[in-house]
Amino acid sequence: MIQVKEISKHFGKKPVVDKVSVNIQSGKITSFIGPNGAGKSTLLSMVSRLLDADTGEVLLDKSDVRKWKSDEFSKRVSILKQSNYMNVRLTIRELVSFGRFPYSKGRLNAEDTKMIDQAIEYMNLADIQDDYLDELSGGQRQRAFIAMVIAQDTEYILLDEPLNNLDMKHSVQIMKILRKLVEELGKTVVIVLHDINFASVYSDYIVALKNGRVIKDGPTHEIINSDALKEIYDMDIPIQEMNSCRICVYFNS
Amino acid sequence: MRTRTKLILLIVLSIACISLYLFQGLNGSYDYALPRRTIKVLAMAITGVAIAYSTVIFQTITHNRILTPSVMGLDSLYMLVQTFIYYFFGSMSILVINKNYNFFISIIAMIVFALLLYRFLFKAGKRPIYFLLLVGIIMGTFLGSITTFLQVLIDPNEFTSLQNKMFASFNNVNGDLVWLAMIIITLSTIYGWRYIRELDVLSLGRDNAINLGVNYDKIVKSMLVLSAVLIATSTALVGPITFFGLIVANLSYQYFKTYKHSTLIVGASLMSLVALIGGQWVVERIFTFNTTLSVIINFIGGIYFIYLLLKESRA
Repeated sequence: MIQVKEISKHFGKKPVVDKVSVNIQSGKITSFIGPNGAGKSTLLSMVSRLLDADTGEVLLDKSDVRKWKSDEFSKRVSILKQSNYMNVRLTIRELVSFGRFPYSKGRLNAEDTKMIDQAIEYMNLADIQDDYLDELSGGQRQRAFIAMVIAQDTEYILLDEPLNNLDMKHSVQIMKILRKLVEELGKTVVIVLHDINFASVYSDYIVALKNGRVIKDGPTHEIINSDALKEIYDMDIPIQEMNSCRICVYFNS
Repeated sequence: MRTRTKLILLIVLSIACISLYLFQGLNGSYDYALPRRTIKVLAMAITGVAIAYSTVIFQTITHNRILTPSVMGLDSLYMLVQTFIYYFFGSMSILVINKNYNFFISIIAMIVFALLLYRFLFKAGKRPIYFLLLVGIIMGTFLGSITTFLQVLIDPNEFTSLQNKMFASFNNVNGDLVWLAMIIITLSTIYGWRYIRELDVLSLGRDNAINLGVNYDKIVKSMLVLSAVLIATSTALVGPITFFGLIVANLSYQYFKTYKHSTLIVGASLMSLVALIGGQWVVERIFTFNTTLSVIINFIGGIYFIYLLLKESRA
């Protein structure tokens, strides 16, 4: 279980994350939502120790993430940021193989190869596994990076806006895969989302941030209602139920 | 072509260059010419390896393929130390004539400078690596300006002799120092080799490297110190030549097209051997010392650098 306790982060004098406490429920999808600059990505970076918190602590199994050994932590929690610029040319398979680094330190054994094959299969990349990343479309690239995280085989998967720059088809595809990861493999997924409807349809829990603070958190049905959304986004958002999905119609509000 | 074939090709080429340099025109002078040539070959080999190795790791940790470790200002410091000695003690001073003294003063000055700089920067908390580069560039320019200032004031005759120090030269390296430099560089290489696979992961960027369990801060620090030690040793031995690293590192990326540092570093080192030893052979036996190797390297390196800039700007 991941517990976030009173963490804060300042950039200069400006508090970006301000005394945030959140518990991440195991075996569920938790979405972080909120307006731009609310501190969602910063919070996710601190949970995944990419960024050190100024005060407060993040606990994984009751011990501080900063006290975890680097490689042990990477077998438990993985993080994928939104921009992944690299100056090396890699094929999809090579990239996915890096996901096994915490276990194999670069010397792949039979077990690693099996996991890599599975991850590639899971993301439907088998046909193009020897293609270079820079020749792929945005959606394929994103799937390749998610395959790397799947090969890493961690209990917790943290994703920072994985739907950025993807079209509807690929966004739905990726959200469905995340759902599958939770239901079939028992993973815990934490995801930063911009599109509130994806959060509504696919997540179990929602944490809403605004100005660096948690302003609402709870099961999805408690957050996706007009009153709560008004508080989060300062907009009047009507909600329509369609095929048991709650859809926020925010386009003309 | 497979990586192994490419490597074997380079090894054969290096051996060819070394034999050509050692044995061509030897005329049976086994006691005089051969030992002297051997020392020079050794000097070129360790310099080549040091430059290639330090440039590849430096480019990986900075995520930039047109930088060399010289941006950290070590070359400038070396020139300042030399100019300082000439200015205050003159070209006939023991510090110039005795190569051992000169070597130790230079190498200690450079390593102490690098360690102080890193210590100061890392103590100030976590900063992006670009901050470090920026400080390096500013320090380099600062040291370079003082050097120029002293050189303007120096006696013209002294300056002529100082000029020899500005370019790397393999023509009169000291045998004892070559052995010492070889020990330092071998030990550093062995130390650095433990991190070779972590370097592969570092080329995925900081965030991905941390995600995959690499202790990013620790590796970046040790690689910076390692590259400083390698550069300091080779510069103190033969003079400033780091521009050369840019060529071999990039040729190695182009030739091997891999992310594996074990291949890239060995490849770049072998290319250094071919370029330095083959180049020195051309300078000595074809141009009969009418030019120096470092002039040729800077000329070819400059052209290649412009090519890289054009290529990168298109990408």
